[in-house]
Amino acid sequence: MFSKKTRTLFIVPYLLWIFLFVILPILLILWYSFTDSNNHFTLANFALFFKNGTFLKMMLNSFWYALIITVVTLLISYPAAYFLTKVKNSQIWLLLIILPTWINLLLKAYAFIGIFSNGGLFNQFLHLFGIGPVNFLFTDFAFIFVASYIEIPFMILPIYSAIKEINPNLIQASEDLGASHWQTFKYVLWPLSRPGVESGIQAIFIPSLSLFMLTRLIGGNKVITLGTAIEEYFMTTMNWNMGSTIGVILIALMVIVMLVTGKTRKRKKVNL
Amino acid sequence: MKKKHFFAKIYLTFVLIMLYVPIFYLIYFSFSSGKNMNKFEHFTLAHYQTLFLDNRLLTIFLETILLAILSSLVATIIGTFGAIAISNLNKKGHKNTLLAFNNVLMVSPDVIIGASFLIFFTALGMGLNFGSVLLSHIAFSIPIVVLMVLPRLKDLDLALIDAARDLGANNFQVFTNVIIPAIMPGVFAGMFMALTYSLDDFAVTFFVTGNGFSTLSVEIYSRARQGIDLEINALSTVMFLFVLILVLIYYLMTTKKGKRGKRMLGGVVK
Amino acid sequence: MKKIIYSILGLLLVCAGLAYCVHRLDQPKISTQKKSLIIFNWGDYIDPDLIKKFEKESGYHVIYETFDSNEAMYTKIKQGGTAYDITIPSEYMVAKMKKAHLLDKLDLTKIPNLKNINPNFLNKSFDPSNEYSVPYFWGTLGVVYNDRYVKANEIKTWNDLWNKKFRHQILLVDSARDAMGLSLVSLGYSMNTTNPVRLKLSLTKLNALAPNVKAIISDEMKMYLSQNEAKLGITWSGEAHEMMENNPHLHYLIPSPASNLWFDNLVIPKTAKNKKAAYQFINFMLRPKNAAQNAKYIGYATPNEKALRYLPKNLKENKQFYPDKRTLSHLEVYRDLGPKTTQEYNDLFLEFKMNAR
Repeated sequence: MFSKKTRTLFIVPYLLWIFLFVILPILLILWYSFTDSNNHFTLANFALFFKNGTFLKMMLNSFWYALIITVVTLLISYPAAYFLTKVKNSQIWLLLIILPTWINLLLKAYAFIGIFSNGGLFNQFLHLFGIGPVNFLFTDFAFIFVASYIEIPFMILPIYSAIKEINPNLIQASEDLGASHWQTFKYVLWPLSRPGVESGIQAIFIPSLSLFMLTRLIGGNKVITLGTAIEEYFMTTMNWNMGSTIGVILIALMVIVMLVTGKTRKRKKVNL
Repeated sequence: MKKKHFFAKIYLTFVLIMLYVPIFYLIYFSFSSGKNMNKFEHFTLAHYQTLFLDNRLLTIFLETILLAILSSLVATIIGTFGAIAISNLNKKGHKNTLLAFNNVLMVSPDVIIGASFLIFFTALGMGLNFGSVLLSHIAFSIPIVVLMVLPRLKDLDLALIDAARDLGANNFQVFTNVIIPAIMPGVFAGMFMALTYSLDDFAVTFFVTGNGFSTLSVEIYSRARQGIDLEINALSTVMFLFVLILVLIYYLMTTKKGKRGKRMLGGVVK
Repeated sequence: MKKIIYSILGLLLVCAGLAYCVHRLDQPKISTQKKSLIIFNWGDYIDPDLIKKFEKESGYHVIYETFDSNEAMYTKIKQGGTAYDITIPSEYMVAKMKKAHLLDKLDLTKIPNLKNINPNFLNKSFDPSNEYSVPYFWGTLGVVYNDRYVKANEIKTWNDLWNKKFRHQILLVDSARDAMGLSLVSLGYSMNTTNPVRLKLSLTKLNALAPNVKAIISDEMKMYLSQNEAKLGITWSGEAHEMMENNPHLHYLIPSPASNLWFDNLVIPKTAKNKKAAYQFINFMLRPKNAAQNAKYIGYATPNEKALRYLPKNLKENKQFYPDKRTLSHLEVYRDLGPKTTQEYNDLFLEFKMNAR
């Protein structure tokens, strides 16, 4: 489209950005993970991570929480997304669902400090049924609830757009052919909305591994995820080498997750 | 069929209630004269009074907006040029490599971005202040701009450019008269996304900010760690109204342009 | 194209406007040319009225930023890129910062009010002849209990905290030295242990406490305990004082056999930009009346001898906060253990947190 000179002019700032803020930081984090505090090459950080049961346990825990959060979010979001395609004025409903995502994350987390407290909304609600007061703050339940609460809109949207693209005639046809609701869902709706579900999972699973402010405010530092560990190593104990090591491992896990979800997508194309 | 819609509405209403209860809970107690969010005592505007007299918070509020506008502006310019350059590449391999690099920051968890930028700025010997935060915000906003602009460039009718050239337009004229108008909706959406990314960010800023500068998210975090302070509730009311106005403006601006705009709104949240 | 250029210019104009507003807000209203004083302090660790008073008196604009552990503060300053004029580390952190050359040597002739400090609190081993630090407050590490749920005689030693009865009921202060320290003490070791084997043992012991720990937090502990959100809290004396004012059911005690005695100190980091204001501030805070006002507000014990006469009797004779000689003799002051062992404490405490679930 353009002469070489103009093209260079366009691409230089962009390439500079890629070099400075994508490649260099990754190299630096790798460098820190493979050195000790005296800048000598070492594999000790990784050895510590894999030998010391604590780190592995923390990693598995972190995965476990992220998995639960993703599943809970999916269970709530899928029907919501499906119904969104059914109702009239779906644009307005959609807008209402998007709106809370623009309220600052920290404010929403802060709200739950009040809601979960002994005299807070949750316990007042339970009190109506004669239960309580129950300790919610600093429990797994609280952490998973708040994390799911924050992620729900991000799951609804991709699923909604995937379901919306499905030709309604397909579902009609399946029902005409005598399929039950469940069969229609299993053989038509679910496979066709899979891409949306997958991108929803991608958008939630990885950030869930690194919600360090929630582990602090709602989890009371008892839930330590990979993200919290990195934050602590960088900002409190100042062991950047170990922090970077956990970071590198998190990046590796992320790549694996992406490869797995990426592969299924390709396979699907062949099926269709 | 009717019954089904009824159930759908019930379910959606339930989800909406869940999404809005915490927000309205905060707003409700911002008018309470008590000290916590358990019991509403008397109606008062005292917390709003403290909020508007709190110079530190007001400064941070303004600085957060300043940061968002500046960073999204710069990111939009670099990102748009980058997208044009990418779509101009002839070799498919190069294109894919650049896109892969582009997506690294899109998928990385915030903690990793924050930590690696912190190492980067310290390695450069840069101070941690408004500058480092601004650079980081620009950095993590560029890829989303590129992703929003690229599809527009793909849709661009090459015949139009050829036609313009046949009519004797030079590069600059082609750029300003053909390309820019065609990709404008994408650029606009990209900038809006960059703006929300910047306003919403907590983790990256938390890592790369030093003293003397903080954004609303970081400030709320440090205040929330002191416990409940109804001034924050008052702040959330103000923020909620602010967001409402912003959304309204965006909605009006995009719906005026027809159906396309509506699709963009869906795209705003990924 | 014109439209675009105009809109970019418009946005830049908005930015300039915002920057101007920020600039205006940042400036103190009284004077035009005065600079600001940046204080980096623990959360809620100074009477805000005193800051206002100082601003009025000196004309400096005070910027107050907070941290919640010595370690976090150290990291922030060590990383560089900051310019705090005053910060308030505890004694072992003073020693560590001194070694790391982060502190500015004090010119004691500029701090005449140092004479108000009780000599017992001067020339301590962490900073002989007070070349780098001026005492701010002192206090102890102990346990706050709520008498609605816990009887006074149920907590006598640190080991009582391990009682299964207190499952999910203890709020633990988020501080590596204190958490590891109490575990070490409960095993009969010193709070300044450097022996790696003993440290590992104390981690194992601390891990056994995890089921009882409800949360590991700092400043917000005051709110939670005041609101009966937990039965027990492990924290510092002054924190306890503030909670007890809000909730009469709370009490503070120092479990046997030993605990920590600490001193927080005003220091000037090397990177300070406005040293003149920093000295002025230190002098201001050392004035007996101001020190007394601050002590009344915060609740920690003041080392300022002359301030004591401005304090109400029930406060300065309260043995919970001004412990007697006999209790004091059981208390241990943290020493700087060198970078390697300090790192070990931090890493072990983090491992405890990872293990807590």
